[in-house]
Parts: sequence; structure tokens; C-alpha cells
Amino acid sequence: MLRCLFAVMMVLCTVTQAAAQDLQSILQTHAEEVASPSRNSVGTLLDELVASGLPQVPAFLEQWSDKNVWQRDDGLFFIGIEEDDVLALRDVDSGEDSTAAADGFTQLKPNGGVRRVIATAMVQFQLLDPDLTRRETAIASIARRPEAAQLAPLLASIEDETDAALRARKIQLANILTARFGETVEVRIAAIESLSADVSVEARAVLNQILSTREGADIEQPEGNLARLLNPLEAPDTYYAKLVDADLAPAPQSPDDIRRALEANIVEGRIGDIPLVQMDDPTLRIAAYAQLADAGVVPALITPALRDAALARHVFYDLYDEPDPQITTAAQTALSSVEARVGAAQVADLTLDALSLASIFFLAAIGLAITFGVMGVINMAHGEFIMMGAYTGYVVQLFIPSYTVSIFVALPLAFAVTFGAGVVMERLVISRLYHRPLETLLATFGISIALQQIAKNIFGTQARPLTSPDWLAGAWVVNDVIQISYIRIAIFVLALLFLGVILYILRRTRLGLEVRAVTQNPGMAASMGINPDRINMLTFGLGSGIAGIAGVAIGLYAKVTSEMGADYIVQSFMTVVVGGVGNVWGTLAGATMIGFGQKGIEWLNPSNTLAAQTYMILLVILFIQFRPKGIVALKGRAAGD
Amino acid sequence: MTKRTLLSTALPALALSAMGTAAFAECEAPIRVGVLHSLSGTMAISETTLADTMQMLVAQQNEAGGLRDCEIEAVVVDPASDWPLFAEKARELLTVHEVDVIFGNWTSVSRKSVLPVIEELNGLLFYPVQYEGEESSRNVFYTGAAPNQQAIPAVDYFLEELGVEQFALLGTDYVYPRTTNNILESYLIENGVDADDIFVNYTPFGHSDWATIVADVVALGADGRQVGVISTINGDANVGFYKELAAAGVSADDIPVVAFSVGEEELSGFDTSELVGHLAAWNYFMSADTDANAEFIAAWQEYTGDDTRVTNDPMEAHYIGFNMWVAAVTEAGTTDVDTVRTAMYGQEFPNLTGGTAVMLPNHHLAKPVLIGEITAEGQFDIISQTTEVPGDAWTDYLPASAVLVSDWQELGCGMYNTQTESCVQLTSNY
Amino acid sequence: MQSSFIARNPSVLWFLLALSAFTVLVSLLSEAGGSALISTSFLKTLGKTLCLCLVAIAMDVVWGYCGILSLGHFAFFGIGGYAIGMWLMYERTAEIVTTSLDSNILPPTPDEITDAIGSQIFGVVGSNDFPLIWAFSHSLTLQLLAVVLVPGLLALVFGWLAFRSRVTGVYLSILTQAMTLALSLHFFQNDTGLRGNNGLSGLQNIPGLEGVPQATVSLWFFWASAFALGAGYVLFSWVVSGKLGSVIRAIRDDETRVRFLGYHVESYKLFVFTLTAMVAGIAGALYYPQAGIINPAEIAPIASIYLAVWVAIGGRGRLYGAVIGAAVVSLMSSWFTGGSAPDINLGVYVIKWTDWWLVLLGLTFVAVTLFFPKGIGGLFDLLPRRKGDTK
Repeated sequence: MLRCLFAVMMVLCTVTQAAAQDLQSILQTHAEEVASPSRNSVGTLLDELVASGLPQVPAFLEQWSDKNVWQRDDGLFFIGIEEDDVLALRDVDSGEDSTAAADGFTQLKPNGGVRRVIATAMVQFQLLDPDLTRRETAIASIARRPEAAQLAPLLASIEDETDAALRARKIQLANILTARFGETVEVRIAAIESLSADVSVEARAVLNQILSTREGADIEQPEGNLARLLNPLEAPDTYYAKLVDADLAPAPQSPDDIRRALEANIVEGRIGDIPLVQMDDPTLRIAAYAQLADAGVVPALITPALRDAALARHVFYDLYDEPDPQITTAAQTALSSVEARVGAAQVADLTLDALSLASIFFLAAIGLAITFGVMGVINMAHGEFIMMGAYTGYVVQLFIPSYTVSIFVALPLAFAVTFGAGVVMERLVISRLYHRPLETLLATFGISIALQQIAKNIFGTQARPLTSPDWLAGAWVVNDVIQISYIRIAIFVLALLFLGVILYILRRTRLGLEVRAVTQNPGMAASMGINPDRINMLTFGLGSGIAGIAGVAIGLYAKVTSEMGADYIVQSFMTVVVGGVGNVWGTLAGATMIGFGQKGIEWLNPSNTLAAQTYMILLVILFIQFRPKGIVALKGRAAGD
Repeated sequence: MTKRTLLSTALPALALSAMGTAAFAECEAPIRVGVLHSLSGTMAISETTLADTMQMLVAQQNEAGGLRDCEIEAVVVDPASDWPLFAEKARELLTVHEVDVIFGNWTSVSRKSVLPVIEELNGLLFYPVQYEGEESSRNVFYTGAAPNQQAIPAVDYFLEELGVEQFALLGTDYVYPRTTNNILESYLIENGVDADDIFVNYTPFGHSDWATIVADVVALGADGRQVGVISTINGDANVGFYKELAAAGVSADDIPVVAFSVGEEELSGFDTSELVGHLAAWNYFMSADTDANAEFIAAWQEYTGDDTRVTNDPMEAHYIGFNMWVAAVTEAGTTDVDTVRTAMYGQEFPNLTGGTAVMLPNHHLAKPVLIGEITAEGQFDIISQTTEVPGDAWTDYLPASAVLVSDWQELGCGMYNTQTESCVQLTSNY
Repeated sequence: MQSSFIARNPSVLWFLLALSAFTVLVSLLSEAGGSALISTSFLKTLGKTLCLCLVAIAMDVVWGYCGILSLGHFAFFGIGGYAIGMWLMYERTAEIVTTSLDSNILPPTPDEITDAIGSQIFGVVGSNDFPLIWAFSHSLTLQLLAVVLVPGLLALVFGWLAFRSRVTGVYLSILTQAMTLALSLHFFQNDTGLRGNNGLSGLQNIPGLEGVPQATVSLWFFWASAFALGAGYVLFSWVVSGKLGSVIRAIRDDETRVRFLGYHVESYKLFVFTLTAMVAGIAGALYYPQAGIINPAEIAPIASIYLAVWVAIGGRGRLYGAVIGAAVVSLMSSWFTGGSAPDINLGVYVIKWTDWWLVLLGLTFVAVTLFFPKGIGGLFDLLPRRKGDTK
């Protein structure tokens, strides 16, 4: 499109060139378009600007795109930056600086679509620009909107490219453009074949575009590069509608059409010879309509038999837009090889997502596994400890502006805060209820609603931002299909770390030994000189502290609200129960099972995430029926309850 | 989160305006305006602002001499984000406090909950939030946007200006996204978009695990055509969604997202640097550059005593609705519901964004549609503003609704079937 | 027999007396009763509270007497509401639709009627088709059966699976919680066919009673709720007294020992679990026509936990305790969150009850669990025998 416009503009420009010696006059002849540009019409203006060959054009385009162009009330355009209602202005032609009050000016805000077209127009200036970022912008712009005219300048720019990464990117992009816009069939087929190992979205995009088809229906099979013939009987009504659209068949009648036709032809309380009152019977309606049709009052009814006959008389086909069958065949081969790779990559990506989800569940549940599993205490306020941890992170960020430092302060602080809260709760409430496990559930629930409401009163119900440092932003990208954000990797690592730490504490330390002893037989443990109160307090503090750290991690990847704990509590309980109580490995197994299960169901039904969660819970309920003790069941006396 | 909050007893908090009563000596009883917005529970975050807005508007009106020489009294009750409680409080407002009009509700389910009560007792409700349409009650004025005043223009913008050819409709699983997406799907198909090019996904409230969904959206680009996301994702879930989008390296230039439920208030909970360039469609943005808007913002920040408080679209809806009601009461000379209702038709009031809002006989407003790009400061750059679009109660893009019109002035019916030329029902469908 | 039952359960008589007196008093003070001291909205609240009391005594039987801490009983309550709500919506819509279709020139075909009803009910959620679960919605009898049978069947299947596998204690609590969570998530989906988050609304308009003012309808529902509560109280008093009651309480105290004595513990537990689920369904079916709307948020796990909270605060293991707990806590919640409770100004900080009520409730709850395990009902133990009962 640009190319033909370009040709027209060249002719026009030779005429206007004499008058339009400076940028301002060109802008003024298109003042309306500059002030409120549209994607579809801005091309004309851009072509003219480019054709003018004025040196100030690239700078102007850049500023325009960045919303730094202002129009004075008398219609003249300036480059300007506003600060406190004062504009620092620069003349578009002379570059002369001045200032003015912002009142008499309107800022121009070209929308995203226009900005993209401007970016394409700027490519030719930027491809060879000494500034690396400008060259990168140009390449990104080509990748977004590939056009045939860009191929030659892109190829020409490769040789002089100094930056190795950008050079590779240019070659890759040139290859993609060649596949679609190359001069000769051979060149294109070579490029297409080289794409067969490339799973990037761009490569697939270009292959799909080469293979774009249009659908048609006709009496005979048409000329052209046929993609496939279609069987209309697979969906007769849809295909018949296509015939109707193509004026190849009369329109069918809907029940509404029949009703209206009948209504219009009532004679003395009858339609044909059938009385009006019997019209609540659908078969009689059709009979009456048939009588009207026989009388020639209405068009004949399209019955399924008539419809199928009409379908049989026509061929339905898909034609490639690309006329050369050699190219489409090559693209087809390349695409199917790419798709096989993409399929494998998607499985890998889903596995990564499932691992990530499992690690989040694990992190949320591990604290609970300790308090619930090891101590047999049901802590409904566990979710609120997660929340407290997340808010601790938020508060820390209010005081420490550096995100990196704040995270490293927040993690231990969150642990300390929730450890403290856990110990206080254990001392005040739980220690009095060790013999009444069901009542711990209720008492901790009371604490849970109180804590949630207190958080609401302090922080409000609005979600609070907890921002991750820059080195955790972005994603680890294997290719365009397999990628996972660094923050999720960090959570995964954190989960592994905790697994290690907890296993170490429980297996290798004095504390762990005592915890296990108290878990298995508190009376005996006490008589061996262990203070069960102290152990319970520490264990509970540990479990709560871990919940606090989990809170920071969860807040980083999602959100911080007073209700975030409630989102995780039932899930966490199920993780612990499915895995098997009293065992860290069990929790790991439970989290893995739930994470993978949920992702698996999501994959089967990608449009409804809610259904995936529902079915996952049902699966868990069923699972527990058949393995009441969970995946990893404790054996021996400790298992008794 | 209170669910079983049941009872209303005795007197609710009466928020009396600070005006002296001397100026209104001639008045027998003050005119009462009911404010039915949640002050606690999950919806409080959005609705408290609106309750405050109403009290500010009432106070302003009293300062300007009240209404028909009477003082206006705002009766504020708290339905606590509990849907059955909305119905109960509405009944209380109408029968116990005998209010003349109610301004309130947020979310469809709360509106559907009060509809039977309002219609039974012939009350008057102004509903200020964008909604899914497919409803027209004799007793409700919808000052928020119908789908054709928000969703359809946004999609037009995607088609025309951004050249989007493949659409991902992502929404939270509840009624507004469901119905809006249904309307959009059939609108897109009518505009030549293939059904295969529309990806629909629903997630639960507060969803946080967005990795797979974002990957699915990115994968749409494999067809080589521009992908755009239409988001009806509600509330907190947006935080995780935009974070994941940013982490996947998807910028607004690659895949633009237009949201219908993200406004200035919501943005205050985000780190907006990740959102720059993404879009939202509303009938009002705080950044609108008019004198009336500057005045409104100044009054609001003074009223709340917080010069960082933002204004948003539903606040403007209440602003227009309240002022229209005042004008209608003045014109009718009474607060009688049926008389005021008739006087409402054709009421005009200037928008805060310029132009004039008109109340139509279908109880919807004609308002301009604005599209804004999110800026790093948590505001919106208005990049497109239409002329006034008349709100449409029944969408033209669903076959069952296309034949329906609402016209309370001429036809006296909110659900009139143009094909059979009969009124389907006089009450609304709740 | 009757006399001995009363003699063994003196609270039954007192309770029925108090309930009757309360009903008569409220009726006289209601709008329909002449003097309008009790507004219709408050009357509805009282009627709903009676339904909550009914589900609370069911909870008390299953938890306080049988020792099964079910965190899913509100799901049964909700299912009862949905079952009756489906008929109410269908029938009301059918009336509107047939009236409107009568103005058509041709008499409507059955398909046209169904389509029109479908698009009326499901139009707001963007669909027109009748889902399969609405198959019986045209019949009041069948839906009334569903009110009892669907919760009963669900409880039977769930209970059978759980008790058979010897899932007990906190495991069972978590499992029942998972059940109600799954159910509410399921109802939240539009695809389920119960109108998703919007739920069923306009339930206070009873088909066939269009001419009757809401004040009267509310009073009728109040009476029905009072009757149901009374009947439920008698039923459960009978269940928990006598030999059956002894076995049930023995299961609570030591399940294993009862099993060794030769009782089939699972059957008893299943009986109690299923029966209480059915009663919860009935309570829900009476509650939601008074509330006017039911949606999936009603059966979220938190609702069932609150149910346990009421019973615990009221006092477990005594039926009137559950009634007191449900009535007091739910009425107080409304009073505090309704903005009617005066704010407390501490000078530096104003305590708004809408903000702080939940904190107070949570802490009260902890205190009750720790220090007054018998709840409010425990106060009656302090009174001399044969004196004062209930409110």
C-alpha cells in the first residue's frame, strides 16, 4: 500500500515541492491530519514528509510519536515539553528555542496505531543510525509490521551492522521477510525451508501468512492454487448460508419467518384450509406454509432435502492467496515441522507453569504442614500470616526506596513478624487447646477474621503494590513458546530452599529431634527432659514465620490485599491433606499433584479457569476417599489419631 | 466478607448536611435522598467513594439554596456488599425513611437484587456504573455506560485505529463480562472477524495465576495478524495479569489491552510503569481538560481533604444523575416519582468532559465515549473522544435483543418487541 | 409416650411456648397485623433469622451431638434455596411470557414458549437455552421434593464415601469445606446454568400471589419459618433423646468404643449427616424467598464456618443454644454493620463499628472457645432447675 501511495506522492510532490520548502508548510497543508491523525489516512502525510527529503523530518516524527508536538491556537506546530503550565518550545524547522504559556497550545496525542505507522516510516532513517537503540527500534518496528519495501534496505543494512546481537537479529528478520517478499521462487523456498526449525511467533506468522486462504463456493472447481475441498455435509446449515451469501441459493426460512408469513396470510380465521387456533402445532404450521407456497403467495420452503440437494450441486473450497503451488507446498511442509516442535515446546512450557504453580502451593502450604502435620494443630489463621508477610513487604518498600534492598530486608523481617505473631498466638490460644483439635480450628478462625479486618482497617481494601526489583523483572526465554518469568523461578528456588532448610532442621538438628519426639509421644518426650511447651512454641513460630516469607513471595508475583490469605487457605489445607499429614515430602507430593492436576485440566479446557479449579477440588475429595492418609502416609504409632 | 449480616434495625446513620436550618424555614419536611452504597465488605473500596460523592453533591446543593426551598437530607445506609441486604436496605429506605430517590448500587447482582423492591414500591433509583445492558426498568435511570457506550466504541477503535484482527476476550467469570463478551463476539463476527480469531477466557474473582493465559494470548500472534486484548477482568485480578504481561515482555505496542473495569481509582493500586500505553474506555477521565472538571476535582479534593484523591467515571455519572434529578424536581414542582420520571426525559446537563448529556426515554444517557492510554503517573491520556452516543438498553447485536426497544415516554414500555409490536413486560427481567 | 418424651425434654415445651408467643407478638406488631411497629423489612429479617436458627440446630445435632464438625452444611442450605428458586423464577417468567405471547396473532407453539422463557431467564447472563438441571423447574411438587432430596442425596453420597473411608476429625472438616468450595465455584460458572454470579433473583415475588402485598406474604413466610423451626426442634429433640440419641452422643465421645460394642457407627453418622442436610435444605427453601436473591457467594466456605461459630457461641450440645447463638450473633452483626451502632470516639481515634465489628466478633469467638466452651446456653446451667428457657 505504501509503495503505490509513494508513487502517487512522488508525482504530487514535484508539484508542491516548490511551495513547501519547509516542514511547517507541509504540516500546515495537512494540519487536520497532523492534529488528529488516523492509522488509515496518515500514510499520505508521512509519504509526503519523507519525500520532501527535509533533514528535520526524522526528529519531528520522533517527537510527534512521543507526544511532544503541540499546536498553537493559530494552527502552527511546535515541538514542546510542558512543565508546570509552561512550554519549552522548539521551532520545527529552525530548531529555535522559546517558551510560552501552555494555555494557548494543544498537545497532539497520536494513538498507538498511528505511532506504529510513524515507526514504520522512520525505519529508513533509523536502520543506519549511529545510535544503537534507534537501530533496535527500527528492527522492532519491522518485526511488528513487516512490509515488502523494507526488505531491500534491511538486507543492505546487515553488512555494516557492528552490534553482533542486532546483526543476528537482522539476518533472522531478513530471512523471514524474504520468505514472504523474496524476488524469486528459489530464494523464497530456501528462506521458507530455513524456517522449519524456528518456533518463534514471527516465523510461524510468516508461514501462516504465506498459507492464508480464502473460502469460496461455486458450481465448478475454480482455477488457482487450491488448498482443499470442503465437505458441506459436515455442517449443512453453515455451508448453505454461504451459498445464500454468494447468491447461489434462495434464503432458508427460520421458524420466525414462517410465523410472519402465516400471520400475513390469514383469511377468515384460516391459513389455507387450516384454522388459526391449531397453529400452536409446529407441523401444522409447516403444512399451512406449504399450502401458501403451493398457491405461490410465499417462496417455497427450504426443506433439509432441498438444502442438501443444493449443497450437492456446488463445490466448496479453500484457495491459497499465494498463486505458486511450489511455495505453498514448501510452506506447508515447513509449518507442519514447526508445529510438531511447537507442540513439544508447549508441553514443556505447561510443565514449567505447573512446576511454578506447585512451588507456590508448596510455599503457601509448607508452614501449615509443620503446624498442622507435625503438631496436629489446625491453624485457620495461616492465610492471614501469609497476608501479614506480604504487608510487611509493602511497608518495608514504603521506607526503603531501593527494591533490591527492600526485598532482602523484607524477607527476614516478614519472618520475624510472623514468627512473633505465631508464638504469641500459640502461647495465648493454642497451648490451651491442645486436647481439643476441632476447637483450635474455630478459635484460629476467630483470629483469622479479626486479623483480616484489622488489615482492612489499616491498609484499606485496595490492593497494595509490592514491586519486585529489576533483576527479577522479565522472563527467562528459551524460545517464543517456552518462557517463565524470573519471579516465578525465584519462588521455585525459594520453595526448594525451604524444603532443604526444613528437612535439615527436622532431621539434623537438636530442635528437629525434639520436635519429632514431641510429635510422636509428648508424654514420653517430656519424661526424657524435653520441654514440650517450648518445642510447640518454636515449631509454631517456625511454621508461621515461613508463611510470612511465602507472603512476600506471593505478593511479588500477584497482589497484596487483606483477603489474599483466604485465597490460599483451603488450597493449602488440601495440599497438606492430599500429601499426607506429618511429612514434608508429603506436602511436596501434594503440591506437585495439585499443581500439575490443575494445569492439566486447564489445558483440556483453556477457556474456563474456574472449571479447572472446581474439578481439581472434586478430584482431591475423591482422592482422599481412596487414600484417606494422603500420598505419603505415616506408619506406626505417630499415624494413630 | 460478612455474609449473614441480616438485620437492619432502628435508625441508620443519617448524614445531615452541615447547613443551618433557618434558610429552609418554609419547608414542611426535608427532601430525602437515599444513598445505597456498601461502606463495608468487598465492594466498599469502590462504593465508599460514591457515597462520599453523593454527600458532597447534596451539601453543594444545600449551599446553593436546597431544592424547592427545602433542605436535602442524605440518608446513608450500608448494604455491606451483601446482595440480599441490598434488597432489604432498599425496602427500608423506601418504607421506613420514605426517601424520594435512591442513588446507589454497584455490580449487576446488587441491582438485580433491589429491582423487585424498587418496582413493587415504585421508587426511583439512579445506577451510576457501566453495566451489561439487557435491562430497562421503569424505576431505574442508568447513568453509567451501556455496552454500546463503552465496549463497542472500544472495539471499533481496535478495528479501525489499531488494526487488530485477532481478539482475546479475557474476563472475570460473572455477568458483566459474560454478556459484554457475548455482545462483542457477535459484533466482531458481524464486522467480518472469523469466529476462530476470537479467544475467550474466564477466570475467577481475584485470580492470580496468569502465566498460561498470557502464553495463550501471545500464541495467537502466530497467525501473523495483530492481536488485541479486550479485558473485562475485575478488580485485584488485574494486578497479576498486568504483571505477568510485563514479565512476558509484551508491551502495549505488541499486544494492546483495553480494559473496561480499570479506572483512576484502580490504578492507584498498581505499579503503573508496567502498564503505560495500555488502554481503557470510559465516559470520563480525570485528565479531561475542561473548566467544569477542574472545578469538580477541586471540590472533591477539598471535600475529602486529600489533594491526591482521584475522580472517576461513576462519580461523574452520579454528578450528572443528581443534577438532572434536581432539575427534574424543580421542573415538576414535586418529588412524586411518576411526575419526576416524566420530567427526567430530555433533561440536559453539561458533561465534565465537554458536551451535553441528555436523558433518553429509555432511561439511559447520551454521553461521549473516551479512550485513554495509561500514563506512568496513573492517569489516562485521552486519545479519542466521540460525540455523544445514545445509550442502548437492548443491544442490536444479539438476535433475541435486537428486536427489543425501550421507550418509557411514548410506548410506556421498557421491553417492547418491535416485531410483534407488543410490550413483553412492564416489570424488568431480574 | 408423648408425655415421657416431653418429660425427658422439658426444653421442647418451653421452646414451643416461647416460639408461639414470639410469633403471635410479631404478627400483631407487623404491618399486616394492623399496627406497623415492625416494618416489613424487619419482619423479613426476623423470618430469615428463624430459618438460620433452624439450620443452626441441624448443625448442632451434627456437631454438638454427633461430633462431626461439618464445614459444609450451609451448602445444603443453599441448594434448598436454589431448588425452590428455580421454580419461583420459572413460574413467574412463564406467566409473564404467556401473557406477552397471547398478543401474538398465531397461538404460540410449545417451542416458542420455552424459547421465550429461556431468553427471559438466561438473557441477562447471555444465553437462551434451558440447561438440563432446569428440567423439573415447571413443577412445584418436583422442586419441593428436590429441596429435600438433592441435599439429602448429596449428603448421603458424600457421607457414605467419607465415613466408609473412616475420614474423621479435622480431615472430615476440611473435606466438607472443600465440598462447599467446589460447589460454590461450580455455581459461580455461567456454564452451570444457574445464572452464575447473578444467581436467582426476584424470589420474593411468589407466582400466584401477585395481588397479595409483600407485608402479608412476608408474614406468611414468617409463620412458615416459625412452624418449620418448631417442627425441626421437636424432630431433633426426638432424635437426640432416647436410645438413638445415646448412641449418637457416644459416637461423639468415643467412636471406636461404640464400634467395638457392635454398633454400625457409619450408619448412625450417615443418618445424622443426611437428615440434618435435608433439614438445612428446607431452611434454605424458606430463607431465600424472604431474602429475594440467592447467589453462589451464599454458599462460600465462610458461610458454613459462621454457622459453626453461631453454634459454638450459643452453646453446643443443646438445641436451644444453637437457636440463641444464631439469633443473637446474626442480629447483632446486622446491627453493628448496619451503621446503627454509635461510634466510639476515643479522642485520638474513632472506632467505627462497621470497621471493627468483625474484629470484636473474631476475638469474642476466641474468648468463648477458650473460656466459655458451653457458650451462652451454658448460662442456663447456672439457673435453678425447671426455670426459664430460651429467650
